[in-house]
Amino acid sequence: MNRQELKTIIQAEKNREFSQTGKQKICVCCGAGCLSSGAEEVMKKLQEEIKARGIEHEVEVIPTGCMGPCNQGPLLKCLPGYNMYQKVDCSNIEKIVQSQLVEKKPLEDLLLFADLREKPFLDAREDPYFKKQLKIALKDCGTLNPERIEDYLAHDGYVALDKALFELSPEEVIAEVKHSRIRGRGGAGYPTGLKWESVYKYVNDQKYVICNGDEGDPGAFMDRSVLEGNPHRVLEGMCIAGYAIGASKGFAYIRGEYPLAIKRFEQAIKQAKKMGLLGSHILGSSFSFDIEVRIGAGAFVCGEETALIASIEGKRGTPKPRPPFPAESGLWGKPTLINNVETFAAIAPIIRNGGEWYSEIGTPKSAGTKVFALAGKINNAGLIEVPMGTTLREIVFDIGGGIQHGEEFKAAQTGGPSGGCIPAAHLDVKMDYESLVSLGSIMGSGGLIIMDKSSDMVDVARFFMEFCMDESCGKCVPCRVGTRMLHDLLQKICDNKATRIDLDRLEELAVYVKEASLCGLGGSAPNPLLSTLRHFREEYESRMLTHD
Amino acid sequence: MKSDTAVPGKELPKTDPRVKLIAAKLKKENYQPDALIEILHTAQNAYGHLPKEVLTYITKALRLPPSRVYSTVTFYHFFSLKSKGEHTCLVCTGTACYVKGAQQILQAIEKETGIAPGKVSADNKLGVQVARCIGACGLAPAVVIDEEVQAKASPEEIIQKLNAKIGKI
Repeated sequence: MNRQELKTIIQAEKNREFSQTGKQKICVCCGAGCLSSGAEEVMKKLQEEIKARGIEHEVEVIPTGCMGPCNQGPLLKCLPGYNMYQKVDCSNIEKIVQSQLVEKKPLEDLLLFADLREKPFLDAREDPYFKKQLKIALKDCGTLNPERIEDYLAHDGYVALDKALFELSPEEVIAEVKHSRIRGRGGAGYPTGLKWESVYKYVNDQKYVICNGDEGDPGAFMDRSVLEGNPHRVLEGMCIAGYAIGASKGFAYIRGEYPLAIKRFEQAIKQAKKMGLLGSHILGSSFSFDIEVRIGAGAFVCGEETALIASIEGKRGTPKPRPPFPAESGLWGKPTLINNVETFAAIAPIIRNGGEWYSEIGTPKSAGTKVFALAGKINNAGLIEVPMGTTLREIVFDIGGGIQHGEEFKAAQTGGPSGGCIPAAHLDVKMDYESLVSLGSIMGSGGLIIMDKSSDMVDVARFFMEFCMDESCGKCVPCRVGTRMLHDLLQKICDNKATRIDLDRLEELAVYVKEASLCGLGGSAPNPLLSTLRHFREEYESRMLTHD
Repeated sequence: MKSDTAVPGKELPKTDPRVKLIAAKLKKENYQPDALIEILHTAQNAYGHLPKEVLTYITKALRLPPSRVYSTVTFYHFFSLKSKGEHTCLVCTGTACYVKGAQQILQAIEKETGIAPGKVSADNKLGVQVARCIGACGLAPAVVIDEEVQAKASPEEIIQKLNAKIGKI
């Protein structure tokens, strides 16, 4: 397929989408959350009901990726009115089809958040839950069918790739990404444009692009939702990166625990190849690029870039000291670019709308939006995307709907086992890279666990330390032995058997492990401990034996 | 053919469809040692775990030292040298599930069935495992019984489902 053919297809798909006025669309959320609460049966029943009423030519049923409020699933979204229904089950589908689709009257008492708001919003976009959000990476997730490349094309799919290949030089693509000020969404926050530039500068006949989809943080499911809900967006981002840095081959490393994400991404690769959007001479240009999927085998440390590279090479996933950085010597010793799923998902909109547009969103130092997986003791658990700099209070209370059972907010945990806790006193913290670090936590990949007074902070620290202890690869001593000793000390405190000497030793050791470990896993393993000590020291103190 | 010389095929019956699957994967990956993890995935999907003779077969086909294969298999949580049981009960212990009571579920299972996390019952009927995070945090606590996700699970519910699976009810 060449450029002209792509434009024709996109136009045809757009006509099919918007010009056929009167044709309603009903999107069924088939994200992991809704599937587990029975979305499949809902969809079957929905199709039966529509057929029974003979309106199958007026209504299109679309299975989509995650819509966000997983706690209220299974969810339905009716377009064009944007009426969303929550907790749909087979018993109320008949009513919904009759009223919403036949009589075109939304059923207020079944709408999204009908049980939480005095009066639910007919147009769900008006609800504070969506109004406070800004979806860029997740924009079409929840509206398009992730298994149809045509749906993606209708939503400006591959327009950015076309623009990059024919209107921009690789240097200009990198300049655009630099200008957007986007930073790596995997957690560390390294400026993406600079990373691309450094790989671009190394001259080599073979370079690689790797998409890090080894989302190992417990409590995080952003990458999964993006890969399942809009795989082509990630694929397009990888292609653009390949063009910019001069790579001809890419690997998508996806967790083995996410079979659906793997299936969808492999399907997307096949579809893109068939249309000439992947493979040799993409869209008739001189650029060739191919992508392969690599399945992770369950090792948290493989989220670390050098360990991930070892794993793709079929070896034990143990990290290597850096430098050399993967940009210089990565996969099979070749210059390699590694970015997170969410970073790649943001690339196409940046190229399409320009770096300037993206850089104006968010805060001066952290541009753009961030996806968070909101979970724990919160009313609206699920997937959200907000501009950087949104306060924690807005996320917890305006979007999250507050704490379950009207309890009091105690702490939010960000960054998983590498991050820390934010106590109630800092609810007004702006969620951006620097502010979170100043509180002793990190942005991390986007897991956000909300805790109420029933959560014991010492036990939370112990839980994360146990995780790091199990996941330590064993290569370096500070991490292998240190996490074990820290865990045992924390266990001792949890069992009310520790003395002040143990507490002092714990603090001293935490600093050693942090400073002496080889990679990020050990280097950040003491973070949950140090941050709970900083903000909830009294919980540690109250458990000390007093006879010392 | 290359595969015939590399693999004597004494240990495994060539007619076994599972062996055929692995052989096809080996061929597709061109017997590259770099593809070890991909091949192990195929083998584990076929057998449910990685029996010793299967590992020997793969080791010879890829011309790798057995130590390299064994160290890789034991490094990754996903691979198992032992059978995981006819029925599996996977309890998610990710942060969200932990905060919402995954431990109570594990304790209830151990109390009721006597199977500790990571263990299989003596008759190999039921295996209990823990997962780091299955990414269904909105539905915490989550338990997966034979591929079916039980959302917002309670200990009582899970015990009942497990008893039904192993035919206690």
